[in-house]
Amino acid sequence: MATHVETIPRRRGLLARPTAKTGLWGWMTTVDHKKIGIMYGATAIFFFLVGGLEALFIRLQLATPNGEVLSAEMYNQFFTMHGLTMIFLVVMPLGVALMNYFIPLMIGARDVAFPRLNAFSYWVFLVGGLFLYSSFFLGGAPDGGWFGYAPLSTSLPGNGMTFYSLGLQILGVASLAGAVNFIITIINMRAPGMTFFKMPVFIWMSLVTSFLLLFAMPVIAVALFQLMFDRAFDANFFNPALGGDPLLWQHLFWLFGHPEVYIMILPAMGIVSDILPTFARKPIFGYAAIVFAGAAIGIMGWGVWAHHMFAVGLGPVGNSVFAATTMFIAVPTGVKIFNWLGTLWGGDIRFKTPLLFAVGFVALFIIGGLSGVSHAIVPHDAQQTDTYYIVAHFHYVLFGGALFGLMGGFYYWWPKVFGHMLGEGLGKIHFWLFFIGMNLTFGPMHIVGLQGQPRRTYTYPEGMGWDFWNMMETVGAFTIALSMVVFLVNVVVSKAKNEEAGDDPWDARTLEWAMSSPPPEHNFDTIPVVRERDDFWDQKYGRTEEQPQPVIAGGADGHEEHTEHIHLPSPSYFPMLASFGMPIAAYGVIYFNEWSFAPLVIGGGILITLLSLMGWVLEPGTAEE
Amino acid sequence: MTDLDAGTSMEHVVDPHMADHPSPRKYVNVAIILAILTAIEVAASYITGLSETTLIVTLMLLALVKFAMVGLYFMHLKFDSRTFRRFFVTGIILALLVFGAVLWLFFALGGPAPGLGA
Amino acid sequence: MSTHEATVEHHTSTGLDNTKLAMWAFLGSECLFFGSLISTYLLYRNRVVTGPTPHEIYDIPFTSVSSFVLLMSSLTMVLALAAIQRGDHRGLRIWLLATAFLGLSFIGGQVYEFSTFVEEGLKLSTSTFGSSFFVLTGFHGAHVTVGILMLLALVGFSWAGRLEPASEGARKVELIGLYWHFVDIVWIVIFTVIYLVPTKG
Repeated sequence: MATHVETIPRRRGLLARPTAKTGLWGWMTTVDHKKIGIMYGATAIFFFLVGGLEALFIRLQLATPNGEVLSAEMYNQFFTMHGLTMIFLVVMPLGVALMNYFIPLMIGARDVAFPRLNAFSYWVFLVGGLFLYSSFFLGGAPDGGWFGYAPLSTSLPGNGMTFYSLGLQILGVASLAGAVNFIITIINMRAPGMTFFKMPVFIWMSLVTSFLLLFAMPVIAVALFQLMFDRAFDANFFNPALGGDPLLWQHLFWLFGHPEVYIMILPAMGIVSDILPTFARKPIFGYAAIVFAGAAIGIMGWGVWAHHMFAVGLGPVGNSVFAATTMFIAVPTGVKIFNWLGTLWGGDIRFKTPLLFAVGFVALFIIGGLSGVSHAIVPHDAQQTDTYYIVAHFHYVLFGGALFGLMGGFYYWWPKVFGHMLGEGLGKIHFWLFFIGMNLTFGPMHIVGLQGQPRRTYTYPEGMGWDFWNMMETVGAFTIALSMVVFLVNVVVSKAKNEEAGDDPWDARTLEWAMSSPPPEHNFDTIPVVRERDDFWDQKYGRTEEQPQPVIAGGADGHEEHTEHIHLPSPSYFPMLASFGMPIAAYGVIYFNEWSFAPLVIGGGILITLLSLMGWVLEPGTAEE
Repeated sequence: MTDLDAGTSMEHVVDPHMADHPSPRKYVNVAIILAILTAIEVAASYITGLSETTLIVTLMLLALVKFAMVGLYFMHLKFDSRTFRRFFVTGIILALLVFGAVLWLFFALGGPAPGLGA
Repeated sequence: MSTHEATVEHHTSTGLDNTKLAMWAFLGSECLFFGSLISTYLLYRNRVVTGPTPHEIYDIPFTSVSSFVLLMSSLTMVLALAAIQRGDHRGLRIWLLATAFLGLSFIGGQVYEFSTFVEEGLKLSTSTFGSSFFVLTGFHGAHVTVGILMLLALVGFSWAGRLEPASEGARKVELIGLYWHFVDIVWIVIFTVIYLVPTKG
């Protein structure tokens, strides 16, 4: 077994395999899922602030009729980038951050199945996001809406929508790689005894999410390639003069886009399904039902996409079919809501910040879900579509839903990751400002939407009767901004106070709480043997027999002899290097008609990625000593 | 000793499950069948008397058989854990269903794009 | 027990190898990728406003030969795997090179076909048929090309002794083989649906 290691030539000097575990280089070459999770989370929060700034500008522009804060062109860039940022650079990576950190811990593994692929996903995400944002400085950001409807998106002048097609393409690679990684990790790296039906709900939701990503990303990849070929190389996929069909774009986009919204919400649903039991001191109500409902949502989510297209002329049969499937998908969603309520009912509830966010999630998601069901009624949607009513709906489910759930996850798991608690007082202030701000911003949008205010429009005239609510919405947006300032203050103050959290500050139920905060690099001294669902809770309170407890806590004392035999995957710079080739090639495409050497740039970028992949493949997962 | 005979020699077995793999001879047989099916496909496309429906159904069936043979034998799905097959089949069925629906929406319900002749 | 995976060096929950499972997940995903491209083609192939129609431009005998070539490359691929499974590195390299050679012949045929079509008036920009044809077959060709690079890399690894022990090497060859067979399967679909199924006019 050691023989094949000896034939691998050692790398020397510049090419030496990195060994740093600390410092900047340590972070840049890490393959540790915990560090990668932290990087995802920090980057996503950064983009949340950027996307939030874009939202503030939008709201400033719309606070009054005939606003002059943003020109029409700038407004188009801001609302497009706001959507792209919040979806691809905030909600998705926040989910991935928590999935990255906690999936191995919750299933009893030392890392994910493919640690270097994990690092690669992060770096591709980062360079993809930076590439997308570089557009602001290179002629203008994408301005055709996050949904990029063709033929508008194919014909908008400038480089903006080409940045869109390439930036999302790069980000898609990160998502696909991450999806494969998590699927294999969850299926193949569970601790002994952790059968599928003993996994925490968060793990189940992560698994369904990853399958959705696996099958949805390729569809948008094709749509984006077609868009890119139309814009950069004169193809005709969406050229009406030669028979190009705008509906093709919409079908391909929404075949991805609808599973995408479940990709965004399911991790948050999983988080809430683990927070509520902890703070109600009861197991999740109806574990099997909530798991099956989650899987059902994932499967049924493939059958509803054209409900985004009710106004395009699919005809009565097409519309009716999708109206029916859309109404049906409310059923498993409703099941989960009853499960959450059932968990709280009769529980011994402690109103800590994570619980507030989880309960906020349930309440706001119900509201968002109700407006969603109203969209399924085709004639009603004909009035709602392209108005602020739709904007209200998706912000309730994505902000009130996904973001509240993810924020709850942050407060819940912060002590595990960083070793100290986030302040409760500031946390509660954050929650209430977040909650009030969110409802003040998006609640009135139902009203002005039904009164006819169109979305994606940079201004509105006086005398429509929309002035008051728009001003309220802007006040709400700034309230949200204030709440995020409170959160950031909380982060800094809590770090300074360093109120030690201990292993299990919430008296929780799942395996990640059975080790030190933060966990040791190798997660578990000994891989646990799992006997029950919520095995950790069971160990604390349920076990009475004299059997020796499985040693699962990672500690600093007395367990050194175990750690010597644990081989962790070694750091590597190839994942980072491989990611750099992609934006380089992408710039070559952007400037294809301006640089004579553009093909060289494209080829060079591809070559960097290919050579890095070669180096990666040749490098052993764990370096020999 | 040609490579085609090597499968029967067990001297260098490294894979304990070697006995369960098809022998190289079997693989060649599969390849011959694939070649014959391809020839039939091409020939069928030239037969002028066939109705279009018959031709399309025949071609699809032949393609399906070839697809299955490569998957089951060359990709070893017939002999491997069913989990692998499930991953693959899920992708195939999902693709058939959603794209079938899209094409149905275009052709059965949508009609030709406006502005073009039928 | 009818499972026949290559030796798993560390314990996994299913007893199946991580990378093999990952490759199958990826191939499942690729079904959606090529499904999108093929559906686009099926939507657009009869919308020919200018330029040649499929019926006018396809050279079935030529494409039949290159389809046969690609099919045979799957045979050589599986013989390569059989070789390393019995520890025969020289046989592995011969059959891998044969596979790469057949793959290159296929690509050569594609290049010839593409340039002929361009000469005959069908380009990416000519029509929706042109766009969807070239992007579909172009992406397939790109997949074949990546496959050829991986095959040649395997030959190099074998030569440098990096595919030892043979059971480990067989695992890697099997992975590349799965990818190669998939690319062949996609062509089976493309050849039938795009070339052979009759189009209007």
